[in-house]
Amino acid sequence: MATEHQIELMESAARAQEAGDELRGERMIINMGPQHPSTHGVLRLVLELDGEEIINVWPDIGFLHRGDEKLAENMTWTQFIPYTDRLDYLAPLANNVAYAYAVEKLLGLEVPPRCQYIRVVCAELARISSHLLGIGTFGMDVGAITVFLYTFKEREKIYDLCECLCGARFTTSYTRIGGLANDMPPEFLPMLRKFLAELPATIAEVDTLLTRNKIFLDRTRDIGVLTKEQAVDFGITGPILRATGIEWDLRKAHPYGGYEKFDFDVPVGSVGDCYDRYLCRMEEMRQSIRIIQQAIDNMPGGAWNAPEAKIVLPEKKAVLTKMEELIHHFINVTEGLNAPSGEVYFSAENPKGELGFYIVSRGGGTPHRLKIRAPSFVNLQALPVMAKGHMISDLVAILASLDFVMGECDR
Amino acid sequence: MEFVVITMAKIAVMLGVLLTVVAYTVWLERKVCAWMQDRVGPNRVGPFGLLQPLADGLKMMLKEDVLPRHITDKALYTLGPLMAMVPALVTAGAIPWGSQLPLFGRQIQCVVANLNAAVLVVFATSSFAVYGIVLAGWASNSKYPFLGGVRSSAQMISYEVCLALSVVPVFMQIGSLSLCHMVEYQTHHTWMIFMPWQWPSFLIFIISAFAETNRTPFDLPEAEQELVAGYNTEYSSMKFSMFFLGEYAAMFVMSAMMVTLFFGGWSLPFAPFNRPATTLWIGLAHVAIFLAKILVFLFLYIWIRWTIPRVRYDQLMALGWKIFIPLTIVNIVFVGIVLALWGGR
Repeated sequence: MATEHQIELMESAARAQEAGDELRGERMIINMGPQHPSTHGVLRLVLELDGEEIINVWPDIGFLHRGDEKLAENMTWTQFIPYTDRLDYLAPLANNVAYAYAVEKLLGLEVPPRCQYIRVVCAELARISSHLLGIGTFGMDVGAITVFLYTFKEREKIYDLCECLCGARFTTSYTRIGGLANDMPPEFLPMLRKFLAELPATIAEVDTLLTRNKIFLDRTRDIGVLTKEQAVDFGITGPILRATGIEWDLRKAHPYGGYEKFDFDVPVGSVGDCYDRYLCRMEEMRQSIRIIQQAIDNMPGGAWNAPEAKIVLPEKKAVLTKMEELIHHFINVTEGLNAPSGEVYFSAENPKGELGFYIVSRGGGTPHRLKIRAPSFVNLQALPVMAKGHMISDLVAILASLDFVMGECDR
Repeated sequence: MEFVVITMAKIAVMLGVLLTVVAYTVWLERKVCAWMQDRVGPNRVGPFGLLQPLADGLKMMLKEDVLPRHITDKALYTLGPLMAMVPALVTAGAIPWGSQLPLFGRQIQCVVANLNAAVLVVFATSSFAVYGIVLAGWASNSKYPFLGGVRSSAQMISYEVCLALSVVPVFMQIGSLSLCHMVEYQTHHTWMIFMPWQWPSFLIFIISAFAETNRTPFDLPEAEQELVAGYNTEYSSMKFSMFFLGEYAAMFVMSAMMVTLFFGGWSLPFAPFNRPATTLWIGLAHVAIFLAKILVFLFLYIWIRWTIPRVRYDQLMALGWKIFIPLTIVNIVFVGIVLALWGGR
């Protein structure tokens, strides 16, 4: 009797198991991107869905791969600067600055204070520009399209500033090894002051539209949570790392380019969800305004290029009239500046996180190997962990809060 | 015979006005959103871009009607957009557009069908629209439209319940399901919106109406950042614009319902606009008042769409089933008590 009973139990358990499989139904594999409105460029995601719930995500990157690192081996140090524009193409100025500092570290070169200050202004402008886009598209991806238009209006002004500064709006290529392409034009500072006066109004506007909006809170709070440990394990940097509560900002941790002279705060989050990332970016923009204000107020005069004739291109007028300068110009342009052999790693706090250049030089005018540590590439790894168990709508919010750029991720 | 002719004429006029208003709602939406976003909006075709709807319509009709190869059930695929648009147009027939028009020696009622259960007809017919979206999502034989179709069927069915339950207190007070009686009652007493015990009904109704018409913050079925274009991803040409027209027509009908149920329909609370018209001009003025009130609600729809984000699918369902439906039931009891104690009738 007892044995019979047991067999029955097992049978029904097996039946329940079968029925359970049936009830769970089929899972859907769906392809999101590379042409999809919310993948921010050419990211492809393969999703495994149970209804609307995400079981698995496989990011598929590489659609924008151009082989930047390999290209670098076949050009002079200076010729690579335009390629850095196209890494994080939402903050080209910051990439220019980071690359210039990396090569200068290899050369053991210190740039004059005016150059440092202008570079700080550039990097912070790039940060504001990138965060404006990040928040605008975040708003758009959760359905608040107007926010996007408001932030883009401000970005347009940043492009005007770039145009004033170096002639190009998008692909700036503003820095040179040992200095800058040119000094700030006289009309730049008044324009910048005007922009800084107008920007807080837009940030406040975005604040009113999103920060305490119930729907926005519901869509972002406790969504895509990344713990401190996970963030460190993945090597996450930038606002995403700080949103988890770790105070790590290269501008404070390893000050470079004169950042130690500036007074600013590093915002950190507490939960590490989409909402904290949003708040961190909002606050970072306000801090960037502070930094730029200080830079304008204390802008040093003097040279904006390092006085190194073998590195920095001489003045055009001198090239046409003096023998020495003509030779330097010729050698610098044809062979490139002669870097010592060695290996350096330099990283800067870019809007998206730590942008690092690892350079192996065997002397001469071109890098032997140049490795780019792109923050977007590293940060994107955490996507499957963050998205699992959430819904498709949350995935869109998480993607937006990661604020990655494929130009940098795929290189 | 006379009845048939007059009714046909009414239908023709109503459809003409409705489709024109719907076309211009699209224009209004683009203009208003442009103003909200510091842009200019359509301004190329005609003065202030006023001919834009015409140009859009013409363009849509001239576009090639692409039939993707993976669509196997062409009949359902074609039926989808029809089912999405037609119900919205039909429901408009039960709504009183004005009082009456003294024309050719007759008193012509400004309603295509003066039904004694008009409210039920409106809800029943507008429920059909969900079939259009489900069919479109299913027949498209593609994953994103399918998800859009599933989302919208769940959403519309849930909010239908809220919508219908939320207006029960209004019927309880009036004691009739006829929309004409409803307006009449409000001209004799005061607008429903001025009676504080009807405020919860109005709030639930307006929010459910947003969900029912798939508008932000409840525009999940066509959330472009998630589902590309949702159920209409695979549609092109006039089939696509039928979805488009259907959505705006549904907005119009829901606005008309709000005006009729809570804002006194065609009336204004002073003479000569608070009783049925005796002259043609006042009759036409009633129609204009009705349209103007609708315009206010259409503007509200647009205003909200370009201001706030979108809720998530499960949040929407939780809001509907866990908050609104219990609330409507409590509201019915509450209004019942109020009416029993103070004799609203």
